[in-house]
Amino acid sequence: MTQFLSLLVNGISLGTIYALIALGFVVIFKASEVVNFAHGSLLLLGAYVIAVTSDALGFLGAVLVGVAVTAVAAVLVERLVINRLRGAPVISLAIVTIGVDIIILTELVRRLGSDILNVPHPWAGESIRFAGVGISLNRGVAMVVAAVLIGLFFLAFKYSNWGVAMRASAEDGETAALMGIKQGQVSALAWVVAGVLAAVAALFLVGSPTPGVSPTVYAVALAAFPAAILGGLDSTGGALVGGLLIGIAETLATGYQDEMLFLGRGFGTVVPYIVMLVILLVRPSGLFGTRELTRV
Amino acid sequence: MSELTAPARPGASPARTDRPAGPRRSPRSLVKPLLVAALLVFLLVFPLYFDEFWLRTGFAVFGAIVGAIGLNLLVGTTGQLSLAHAFFLAVGAISYVYVSGESGGLGDFQVSGLGLPPIVGMVVGVLLAGLAGLLFSPIAARLGGIYLGVASLGLVFIGQHVLNSWTSVTGGFNGRAAPPFELFGFSFGSTDPQLFVLGVPFREAERLWYLGLVLALGAYVVARNILRSRPGRALQTLRDSEVAASVMGVNVQAYKARAFLISSMYAGLSGVMYALSIGSVAPESFGLLVSIQYLAMIVIGGLGSVGGAALGALFVTALPLVFQLYADALPLVTGVGGGGLAAGEAARYLYGLAIILVILFEPAGLAGLAHRFRRGRARPGGKVTRPPIDQSSTSGQSTNLSDRPAQGSNPS
Repeated sequence: MTQFLSLLVNGISLGTIYALIALGFVVIFKASEVVNFAHGSLLLLGAYVIAVTSDALGFLGAVLVGVAVTAVAAVLVERLVINRLRGAPVISLAIVTIGVDIIILTELVRRLGSDILNVPHPWAGESIRFAGVGISLNRGVAMVVAAVLIGLFFLAFKYSNWGVAMRASAEDGETAALMGIKQGQVSALAWVVAGVLAAVAALFLVGSPTPGVSPTVYAVALAAFPAAILGGLDSTGGALVGGLLIGIAETLATGYQDEMLFLGRGFGTVVPYIVMLVILLVRPSGLFGTRELTRV
Repeated sequence: MSELTAPARPGASPARTDRPAGPRRSPRSLVKPLLVAALLVFLLVFPLYFDEFWLRTGFAVFGAIVGAIGLNLLVGTTGQLSLAHAFFLAVGAISYVYVSGESGGLGDFQVSGLGLPPIVGMVVGVLLAGLAGLLFSPIAARLGGIYLGVASLGLVFIGQHVLNSWTSVTGGFNGRAAPPFELFGFSFGSTDPQLFVLGVPFREAERLWYLGLVLALGAYVVARNILRSRPGRALQTLRDSEVAASVMGVNVQAYKARAFLISSMYAGLSGVMYALSIGSVAPESFGLLVSIQYLAMIVIGGLGSVGGAALGALFVTALPLVFQLYADALPLVTGVGGGGLAAGEAARYLYGLAIILVILFEPAGLAGLAHRFRRGRARPGGKVTRPPIDQSSTSGQSTNLSDRPAQGSNPS
């Protein structure tokens, strides 16, 4: 029972990190109809910048710089590539982000080589224990920070001018434009938000129990894709639920892998994709996604 | 997706209808067969003049061409974004080494195999890959466009896990050797029986070259025939609008399943050829990067164009190998362990950039560029009849405009 509870708490904490990534993914999709396959490499970029600058700037400075660089990179992608393709088919937009992903990822992997860069979290190595349930302090902090960020995000999404503008243009881009909402601005801001969320997620993803910044972080970040998809690509609430679901499922599968050895070692990393496929089979547009209606 | 191939057509069709359809063949219609013949002759005599490196690169390119044509049928023609291509390649490659390979191994690394003739292995590889595609197609048919892209991503990771875990068949992390190909006693992997053509000894590389050439040509012809037939047009309609397709009587689910079946069979054959070209298979050869490479090939070559897929495959596959060869002569690129870019990285930058540039500036890819070049050359001949074309095209445009609301009203 304690093992289960412990896994559950750890799963939730991993899930909140996934939710941060998935939220960015969904925001970008809502604002510019882009399924951003470059999201994983943007996240790795954030992690890399934080790790590299932390010696010179200290932890807090490095985090600020890392977040800023990722946000700027995201907005550059939007301005230089996506904005020029307004109205292009969704598949073309997705493919173009794969091109961006290849370039960023190749550069980062080249720089990282086989090194594992360490991010000096002030809370490194410590853990919290409560009634036999243990969790690394890093994941604990992640949970709190993610909860605050996600709360802020939903408030902004509901009440701020940007949030209203964005929901309006996601609902009906043409009408929103006629009302004086600048589509380009809304879309650029969405990419900034997604970049910031990805960099914050990166900060916690490279802390304990993960060893540090290495190309494998990219693969971990990819598990947020199923999270975004199974919640429904255009549902922010769905991203949150999807993130938690994926985080919990993955942690449980990894924790109980000795009981499921017939499925092979390292089965946990595959679980997000299996959960995604099963849910998509039942609900093709995800749990909370808008069903595509076709009218003839 | 309709925009990708559409722009090339309206310009071409009025020019064609304008030309008298008499028995007089225009010089252009002769140029094409001549070019094709020249290319064929070049490919046939290639092994007589080039050394092993180029022949091995060539075989890898032929394998990639088969795979790219298959993916193009699915993504370019049918409009189903799939990142699962590496998985189907893996099914083909692993089936081949399992069916044709021998049981054996050292100590803990025991692998089993059926030891059947390689041709059986190849056929089984193609069929099993097709079966895998067919099994995935119900999921694919339920998912709308972009959801499929991410769902298919899952297949690659699940495939990787299976490859790493199912060690008795796949050899696990280290992989296992692929048996050389053999047809009716003629081995493609050794020098037995000895063979000389014009004084050039035909060793493994030369033999594989011709095998690859035949398979790639076959794949090309089959795909082109499919595209020009009724099912091909059904698939294109499916891409442009599923609603329109179903109204026209196209069974959407069945055709999507068929597109997956054919595409994954191509992938299976390509996987077998990959195993032959490398001489072994390992799980890491079928990761996400491979799927992305195939996507790069068809985007760079031009979505929906069979010839374009072949060009894209040549570009993406040969680039790193050629960079490797000329590492010393190229700026920025250095050999393994050097301070500059490794050849593989340099190639990856280039095709990443190429994808972005193609989508931004020439959505029809290399095939589109070739088409534009041909139209540009054809124009001087048709100059005399230019004014009537213009008139007809403007009048055509006005009718088009009135047509447009009806055409564009399909909601997405």
